[in-house]
Amino acid sequence: MIDRIRALLEQQPMISVDFNTITDDTNLYDAGLTSFATVQVMLALEEEFNIEFPEAMLTRRTFSSLANVADAVSRLTQRAA
Amino acid sequence: MDAKTFDAKSLLDTLFDKSILFKTGVDGLYGRSGVFEDVIERFERLVTSIGAPDKATRIHFPPGMSRATLEGSGYMKSFPQLAGCVHSFMGGEREHAQLLGMMAAGEDWTELQQATNVVLTPAACYPLYPTVAARGPVPDDGVLFELSSYCFRHEPSKDPARMQLFRMREFVRIGTAEQVCAFRESWLERGKAMIESLDLPCEVDLANDPFFGRGGKMMANNQRDEGLKFELLIPVTSIEKPTACLSFNYHRDHFGQTWGLKFADGSLCHSACVGFGLERVALALFRHHGPEVEAWPASVRDTLWGN
Repeated sequence: MIDRIRALLEQQPMISVDFNTITDDTNLYDAGLTSFATVQVMLALEEEFNIEFPEAMLTRRTFSSLANVADAVSRLTQRAA
Repeated sequence: MDAKTFDAKSLLDTLFDKSILFKTGVDGLYGRSGVFEDVIERFERLVTSIGAPDKATRIHFPPGMSRATLEGSGYMKSFPQLAGCVHSFMGGEREHAQLLGMMAAGEDWTELQQATNVVLTPAACYPLYPTVAARGPVPDDGVLFELSSYCFRHEPSKDPARMQLFRMREFVRIGTAEQVCAFRESWLERGKAMIESLDLPCEVDLANDPFFGRGGKMMANNQRDEGLKFELLIPVTSIEKPTACLSFNYHRDHFGQTWGLKFADGSLCHSACVGFGLERVALALFRHHGPEVEAWPASVRDTLWGN
């Protein structure tokens, strides 16, 4: 899951984060993720995993690390299953 | 205008009936009476006098600004639904005849217009940042500006407190994080005291901008989590949903990054602004003190017209 997310985000042109230097727990905002790029992350994840983030999960915390993103995506894919 | 009729329609109707505002045929675009304008002028004087010790530099930009500047600001990322771009006819005689024909036939003739380099100013401070950046490095003690402009936001509404063309007065501080936060803090206090001196009920609350779409919901959540925006709210057309009349915004280094606003040592500037919605404050005054300004409480009249 987490590798799939990492690969997906690496492909996004709007996200100027060097994924070679970050671990699963690195704070993505400290690594240069902007608010607007977070929206692109959300849209890419929704398309890739066929999920929809509810409003309550649309927070900075949800997208602050690859581990947090993977946690959110797995909760939503389980819900959808 | 008693408590039972505390709604948008009755306030707007009263203002029309009393010839304080005038209809134009478009929701959110109104003519203003001399009395309404006098209230706004007096309130602007009050704002300027309270801010005077800070020695701000005044700049008045027009209500239209450079389209390139708006594009560069990132406004279309966050508020595409509110923006207004000026279009004009640039064709020849043949196209002109076509345009008049379409107009006479009731067809959509606007497709014969093209976008100009002008967009309507969405907030008084947008033209400021590139203007400051073009002057070179920001001095160590930062800079402070006082701005006023008509602003446009495409949100037609029958709520008189939500006009499409309205005036905003702003102080904008550009400097270090500490400098701009101290500036915002001082205006949170001064703004509340100022509104209380006009005998208006108010509260200051955490707020967010109306960012576009679901992604915007996230940006709004972030903005709240980080305490970047506060609003001073006054009941104008609703008790339950009071109207934001002043706003206090900390942009962190967003505009610093966007426009390359830097100190001489190369470090990025932060910015903050306090905005005064002039029509909204005037509407609050008419709503709470009545349509006849001569009958307003003596203390309020003294604050506005006393000197």
